[in-house]
Amino acid sequence: MDKNMKILVVDDFSTMRRIIKNLLRDLEFTNIVEADDGKTALPILKAGGIDFLVTDWNMPGMTGIDLLKAVRADPELLDTPVLMVTAEAKREQIIMAAQAGVNGYVIKPFTAATLKEKIEKIFERIDG
Amino acid sequence: MTNDTRLALARNLVAALEQGDESVADGLLDEIAGLREKQLFLEVGRLTRQLHDTMASFAVDSKITAMTEKDIPDAKERLQYVITMTEQAANQTLSAVEGLLPVSKELNEQAEQLSDKWERFLVREMPFAEFKDMSAEITKHFDQSKGSLQLVQQGLNEILMAQGFQDITGQIIKRVIELVHDLETSMVELIKISGNKGVESRVDSEPDLPGPVVPGVDDKKGGVAATQDDVDDLLSSMGF
Repeated sequence: MDKNMKILVVDDFSTMRRIIKNLLRDLEFTNIVEADDGKTALPILKAGGIDFLVTDWNMPGMTGIDLLKAVRADPELLDTPVLMVTAEAKREQIIMAAQAGVNGYVIKPFTAATLKEKIEKIFERIDG
Repeated sequence: MTNDTRLALARNLVAALEQGDESVADGLLDEIAGLREKQLFLEVGRLTRQLHDTMASFAVDSKITAMTEKDIPDAKERLQYVITMTEQAANQTLSAVEGLLPVSKELNEQAEQLSDKWERFLVREMPFAEFKDMSAEITKHFDQSKGSLQLVQQGLNEILMAQGFQDITGQIIKRVIELVHDLETSMVELIKISGNKGVESRVDSEPDLPGPVVPGVDDKKGGVAATQDDVDDLLSSMGF
């Protein structure tokens, strides 16, 4: 797993973005950019260079699931690993995210250990 | 009071008067008047009950009106303030932590470097010139530690103080819960007074994105992942 990879963190709550950013920094990822919903995230993704997307689901403007679908529908972006970090916990929603091609699903409130474990699992699969 | 009873009483009264029997006539007159009064009382009783119900419904009505006009907008403001306060506390805590992380990281790195050098000194692998450098570094490290640990102390105090929101928001939310309770009571009364026409209408008002699962509320019906383990199990059952 490349610690220099560029990570995009998308959440409408700035405090949650700060928490995730600090946890990622603790895992030695320092190349982090932020967006507050899918609408602002998509142009950043399209501009290129994002290696990993961490997104919330429920956001105004454009939701995380729509962002995920947009990423999977874009030939330039479709391989980007996506981790969803959300409070949405209905079984049908988790299934929907899985079917849309999410690589990992973390429900809030979460622990630093869970986030670490899911990120490692995603890149184990990709690198292996 | 049937017509027959009244007719019988009237005939008896006429007979008594014709016979000049004053006491019987008076008794019969009282009986007739009593019958009338009894009917009047029943009617007054019915009207009083109706008035009471109307007044009660009016009271409930005006209570609900007052709630809609004042208490509910107030409650919205109060809850908004809860969001503001919790956000402030989170930001205050995050700022303190973000300020301290590099401080503790630097101290940690210094301590690691020095302990490596110290090990070499203990096994007598260190030339004198390097020892002099190390002594200077140790002095510097102690100086810096003092300042840094003061910063840590200060930051920890900031984090401590930021938790004060819990008391305030707890009280505010309790007040809003009381309002919801009062509103519930008034509406139940209103439904009772209006005769409880009881139109069974179950509207499922669950939003598309229901958000956090509240234990005991959202997990009763099932169909939700209560923990990360539930999510992992579900995903692995789908071949993840």
